[in-house]
Amino acid sequence: MEITLTINGDTVTKDVEPRMLLVHFIRDVMELRGTHWGCDTSNCGTCVLWVDDEPVKSCTMFAVMADGRSVTTVEGLEKNGQLDPIQQGFIECHGLQCGFCTPGMMMTGRWLLDQNPHPSEEEIREGISGQLCRCTGYKNIVHAIQWAAEHPAEEEVTA
Amino acid sequence: MTAIEEVPLSPAGNPMGFGSMKRVEDVRFVRGEGNYVDDVNLPGMLHSAILRSPYAHARIKSIDTSAAEALPGVHAVITGKTLEGIPRPSLLGDNFAWMPTLSYDTQAVLATDKVRFQGQEVAYVIADDRYIAKDALELIDVDYEALEPVMDAKKAMDPDAPVIRDDKGQTDNSITDVHGNKTWESGNAIGTNEAIAKAQADPNCVVVTQEIMYPRVHPAPMETCGAVSYLDKVTGQLTMYTTSQAPHAHRTVYAMVAGLPEHKIRIISPDIGGGFGNKVGVYPGYVLSVIGTIVTGKPIKWMEDRSENLMSTSFARDYHMTGTIAATKDGKILAVDVDVLADHGAFNGVAQPTNYPAGFFNIFTGSYDYPDAHCKVTPVYTNKAPGGVAYACSFRITEAAYLIERLVDCLAAELQMDPAELRLKNLIKPEQFPYTTPTGWEYDSGDYEKTMRLAMEMVGYEELRKEQEEKRARGEYMGIGISFFTEGVGAGPRKDMDILGLGMADGIELRVHPTGKAVIRLSVQSQGQGHETTYAQIVAHELGIPPEDIEVVHGDTDQTPFGLGTYGSRSTPVSGAAAAIVSRKVRDRARIVAAAALECSPDDLEWELGRWFVKGDKERGKTIQEIALLSHGSLELPEGVEGHLDATAVYNPPNLTYPYGCYICVVDVDAGTGQVKIRDFVAVDDCGTRINPMIVEGQVHGGLADGVGMALMELIAFDEDGNCLGGSFMDYLLPTAVECPDWRTGETVTPSPHHPIGAKGVGESATVGSPAAIVNAVIDAISPFGVRHADMPLTPANVWRAIQGNPVRVDMAIE
Repeated sequence: MEITLTINGDTVTKDVEPRMLLVHFIRDVMELRGTHWGCDTSNCGTCVLWVDDEPVKSCTMFAVMADGRSVTTVEGLEKNGQLDPIQQGFIECHGLQCGFCTPGMMMTGRWLLDQNPHPSEEEIREGISGQLCRCTGYKNIVHAIQWAAEHPAEEEVTA
Repeated sequence: MTAIEEVPLSPAGNPMGFGSMKRVEDVRFVRGEGNYVDDVNLPGMLHSAILRSPYAHARIKSIDTSAAEALPGVHAVITGKTLEGIPRPSLLGDNFAWMPTLSYDTQAVLATDKVRFQGQEVAYVIADDRYIAKDALELIDVDYEALEPVMDAKKAMDPDAPVIRDDKGQTDNSITDVHGNKTWESGNAIGTNEAIAKAQADPNCVVVTQEIMYPRVHPAPMETCGAVSYLDKVTGQLTMYTTSQAPHAHRTVYAMVAGLPEHKIRIISPDIGGGFGNKVGVYPGYVLSVIGTIVTGKPIKWMEDRSENLMSTSFARDYHMTGTIAATKDGKILAVDVDVLADHGAFNGVAQPTNYPAGFFNIFTGSYDYPDAHCKVTPVYTNKAPGGVAYACSFRITEAAYLIERLVDCLAAELQMDPAELRLKNLIKPEQFPYTTPTGWEYDSGDYEKTMRLAMEMVGYEELRKEQEEKRARGEYMGIGISFFTEGVGAGPRKDMDILGLGMADGIELRVHPTGKAVIRLSVQSQGQGHETTYAQIVAHELGIPPEDIEVVHGDTDQTPFGLGTYGSRSTPVSGAAAAIVSRKVRDRARIVAAAALECSPDDLEWELGRWFVKGDKERGKTIQEIALLSHGSLELPEGVEGHLDATAVYNPPNLTYPYGCYICVVDVDAGTGQVKIRDFVAVDDCGTRINPMIVEGQVHGGLADGVGMALMELIAFDEDGNCLGGSFMDYLLPTAVECPDWRTGETVTPSPHHPIGAKGVGESATVGSPAAIVNAVIDAISPFGVRHADMPLTPANVWRAIQGNPVRVDMAIE
């Protein structure tokens, strides 16, 4: 099936098998390998990206379901050579170790802050509770999201 | 180190040595530019998938692969029969159907005669993409004759139990190690028995016996295992990108398994998405990817899915322990005896040093001073997945620490003594170090009471006990659990530690370029530990080269010297020591060069960070950068110095290092539902010198979450038919941010006296120490119901059953 969608702002048209999962389309066809694949049951959340600005586990969608929609991946976070505050927060607060869950965590964290610029610790923990991390014990991921909340990008401040 | 604040900063603002420093690695990871094995794609690469057994125990009558082979896009279908037909020029058997394990057992690469666990590898498909490969699996027709499985380790040695390893001519399910032993003992059996018998007869003493199960769990790193293998038929070079914690050891194993020349094998372990021991073993899937490239001539990718990871690769634990502790009535421990039934699954795949078939389990004597101890471990085969490698366990130390810390709490309950008081009464004292344990370990250093007092102060122990009393009066159940653990890490001294004959020493190479920038090449491999940052800090500490000027190379056997890799918290104790020593070699050489340039004797020079100068004339000196250029330049060098500032080292540790800590957990238990809520968790670790405290704390946080998982949620159980009940993340529950509290960490610093920088390693400390703290807290909470022990995982159902006085076995789905 031919699908046309926007990925990180670029419009692409591709012919894909109807059963191909969105996560495999993004990784193997579009070669955007920052989105990871960690389980078969939509539990781990390493594949989280945004479809029309909502975080989704991309292993729960077929690529064809993204036809006509807009997808944002971790590769789309950085703007004009500037890391998004959520990316900087993960660096500042040691919010990652092996890095495998990190893209998904950041996509959820960024979205959370877009909805709620000053979340409580409890709201952050709830917000990332659909995603698993084996390295950090979550504490520094929570800190990283808090750091990003405290250091919004220039455009966010002016807007 | 208390002096961390005094470390000068580099031009980029990094510590010139030890101190918290942001990680070099993060810049690529936050951009999604990590390079994990599944991100590797080679031109012409094919994909593969493994057909796995639905049965735990069955005879294979026939396999029909014709329909799969006929599917468009399928390149090859390989079965055990195919492998039996490929001759192997190696000493380890004459064909490819079987491979050696890390414990001198054999394991089927693809089953030929029988399948021996659910999820075992039966056939291998190579196809254009992973979807076609999976489609082809559906078309393979295997005719099985189901056999009765052995799922209960306690029944494995029954006279009428079906024999699992008839391939080896066995007549029962016992396991024999390479030394010919069927049980593994340590300590003083006679003395311990006598001490316990004496205590039993003495009205001033008590003896407590408790059965304690550490059930089967799984490391479950977020990235599963996989490989991309390519054999270049022209050059004969095999290149393998693989999820390996030990690339050099793996290369040697592949040379032995495949009969390929070792110098023609290159193992590249790129970014690894977590290991925790899961990526120590050599799995059939890795070997099949090698066979796949040999057969097709194309690069082959194999990536597990999550169920394959949980059902077939290395589990951890599965120890049925019975502990007996004897003590005086005023709380002085006299002796501990332990009997263990160890479930090793269908193939003995544990990765322990050869002379330690039960790993370092005999560190179960813990952090206490008493004269008599003994353990006996009896391993058996069952129809479960093989392995038993790890899960951040430092070679069975997690089991050992859990056992002694639970036993001490059982003793406290029997004596009606505060468990903190009981521990304080028995802790090894600072002046007793180095301390030789009753099972023969020599603990290097410690000030245990200081660490414990700090943890008690941080958590507010006395106030919590008062609060508990008040709450109990109101019918509310809170619990406080303490764990004081000692680990032995950094395996190990080559005089008695090897794996498959490979001594557990690690090599390292350091080059200082003419402009004073450096490259250090490690034998160990990061799976998230941040080696690219911390090794640069070690060199900076020793040579005064800024960390940002030091490149750390690892994970590629062609670019790094030999060593046994990263597991058992061994990187810092072994390879970290090598990094310090190789830097000191460079420093010594720099001294000679500096002396030549300054026209004085090397003895006249004194070192300050980054610079040799003339004693008594501080202005006259040369920086390490200046010396680097001189050593590559036209300066006439003294005899004995060839030029350049490069050096190599191999570090053979004289002893293990012994990190320790005190963890205190506070829980609230809903007695109506059995729900456990961790309210507070204080972890005070003493891992000696901290190279990068930020990274140390991060590792502790992660290990604590592991402990929450094992204590409350994680379990791989089986039903009587052999079905794995923990084969996906729907069933194998990992803790999320909601179950984990806001960890509170503290530190004491007691350097290791025999490690060049006094560091002890910390990667597994929290995994080792935390389960007992959590379980002790839960049992403490529900002790008013008469509960003295309940096995992990303490799910709401299991806690509720314990409160009802009706605990069940956790490892089997039987009532």
